[in-house]
Amino acid sequence: MEWSVMLRELAEGMLTSVEIFTLTLLFSLPLGLLVAFGRMSKNFLLRNIIKIYISIMRGTPLMLQLMVVYFGPYYIFGIRLPQSYRFTAVIISFVINYAAYFAEIYRAGIESIPLGQYEAAKVLGYSNAQTFVRIILPQVIKRILPPVTNEVITLIKDTSLAFVIAVSEMFTQARAIASAQRSVAPYVAAGIFYYIFNYVVAAVMEWFEKKMSYFR
Amino acid sequence: MKYLEIRNLRKSFGNLTVIKDISLTVEEGQVVAIIGPSGSGKSTLLRCATMLETMDAGELIYLGEYAVRTGPDGKAVYASPKDLKRIQRYYSLVFQDFNLFPHFSVIKNVTDALITIQKMSKEEALAIGRDLLRKMSLSDKENAYPYQLSGGQQQRVSIARALALSPKVLFFDEPTSALDPELTGEILKVIRDLAAERMTMVIVTHEMSFARDVADHVIFMDGGVIVEEGPPEAVINNPQNERTQAFLSRFER
Repeated sequence: MEWSVMLRELAEGMLTSVEIFTLTLLFSLPLGLLVAFGRMSKNFLLRNIIKIYISIMRGTPLMLQLMVVYFGPYYIFGIRLPQSYRFTAVIISFVINYAAYFAEIYRAGIESIPLGQYEAAKVLGYSNAQTFVRIILPQVIKRILPPVTNEVITLIKDTSLAFVIAVSEMFTQARAIASAQRSVAPYVAAGIFYYIFNYVVAAVMEWFEKKMSYFR
Repeated sequence: MKYLEIRNLRKSFGNLTVIKDISLTVEEGQVVAIIGPSGSGKSTLLRCATMLETMDAGELIYLGEYAVRTGPDGKAVYASPKDLKRIQRYYSLVFQDFNLFPHFSVIKNVTDALITIQKMSKEEALAIGRDLLRKMSLSDKENAYPYQLSGGQQQRVSIARALALSPKVLFFDEPTSALDPELTGEILKVIRDLAAERMTMVIVTHEMSFARDVADHVIFMDGGVIVEEGPPEAVINNPQNERTQAFLSRFER
C-alpha cells in the first residue's frame, strides 16, 4: 500500500475522531454543569441519584460503558437499532461519562469561590441567577481551566476506544491497515496524528488560560 | 426620621444564642459605632440587619417599612421577596475583607450593579462611578483590577461600590481590620468625610479613638446584649458599667 493511501485512510479516521471529540465536548461541557448543580442540590434524592451516577461513571471502564450503551438496547430490550446507532452510541457513552468528570471539576471550582463573593452580590441586589452568571461563573472558569485541559486531552486519546464497537475512527483504521500490511508504520503514523491533535488542543487551552490571566 | 429600627432581635446558631435581645434606632444622619469584644455578637447583629443572616425573632424596619415583623407565634416573619428587594436598596454594606469582584475592573466593580440591576444607562452609571472614584482619590485606578491595588485602595473601591447605589444607611463591618496599620488612616478619613456629609452609618469597629471622634452614638455589646450605650464621651471616656470599663482598659485612650 502506498503511503499516500494509508495516510488518506488514517486522515478519514481522524475526521471521525475529531467528530467524536467535538460532539462529546459540545454536549458534556454544559451537561456537566447541570450534573454539578444536581450534585450540590439541597434535594436529598436528586443529590444522591447524581452521586450514584457519578460513582458508576468513574468506577467502571469507559470501554465497558460503550459496549453496554451499544449492545444494551438489543440484549436488554430486544430493540433493533439501525447501523447508524453505532456512532450515536459512542457519543452517548462519551457524553454521559465525560459529563460526570466535568461535573466534579465544576463542583470543586464552584465550592472554591469564597462565600464573601455571594454576600457582596446579595447586598448589592444581584439575583441568584445574576450572581452565578456574572460573578461566580467567570471566576470558576478561570480556576477550572487546568483540570478541564487535562480531561480534554484525555478525551482525545479516549476516542480510540470507539474501536471496540467498530466505529472507524483513526485507531480502528490504523489497526486494520497494520494487520493487512503486517507493518507497525500505521500505528506510528496514527500516534503522530494523535500527538498533533493534542498539541493543537493544548495550545488552544493555553491561549485561553492566558486570556483569563487579566485577573487573579 | 428613623432610618433604621431594630426591635428585640434574637439570633441563635444551634444551641448557641449569639444575640439575646437587642433593640436600636438609627436616625437620619446619625453615625452609630458598635464596639465590644470578639464573640459579643456585633458582626451577627450587622449581618441580621443586612439580611445576610435570618433573625429568629424581632423586627427590622427601614424608613418605616417592615422587612421583618413579629408573627403571632413570636417568631420573625420576613416580608415578601418583592418588598425585601425594595427595602434592600435602602442600605449597603462594606465588608471587612472588601469582597470586590476580582474579574471586574475598578470602575466595573462600582458601576455593574447600577447597570445590571438598576438598569441605568452605561453613561449615567459611568458618570456616577467616576465621581465616586474621584471622591475616593482613585481616578487613576479606574481600569485597574483589584489584585493590582493595595488593601486600602481596595477598601476604598468597595466603599465607592456601596455608595454607588445611594443607600440611605451604610454599614461597615470592621472596615480596617484586614488592613496593615499604616493603611487604616486613609479608610478612617473617608468615613470621617462621609460623616461630615451627614451620611447615615452604622460601624462595627475596634478603633476606639475613631469611634469617639466620628460617632454620635456608641453601643457597647457583650454576650449578645447591649451593655452600655450613649454619646461617645460618656461611653468611651467615662464608662459606667464594669464590663465596658474592663474592655476599654485594654485600649490606650
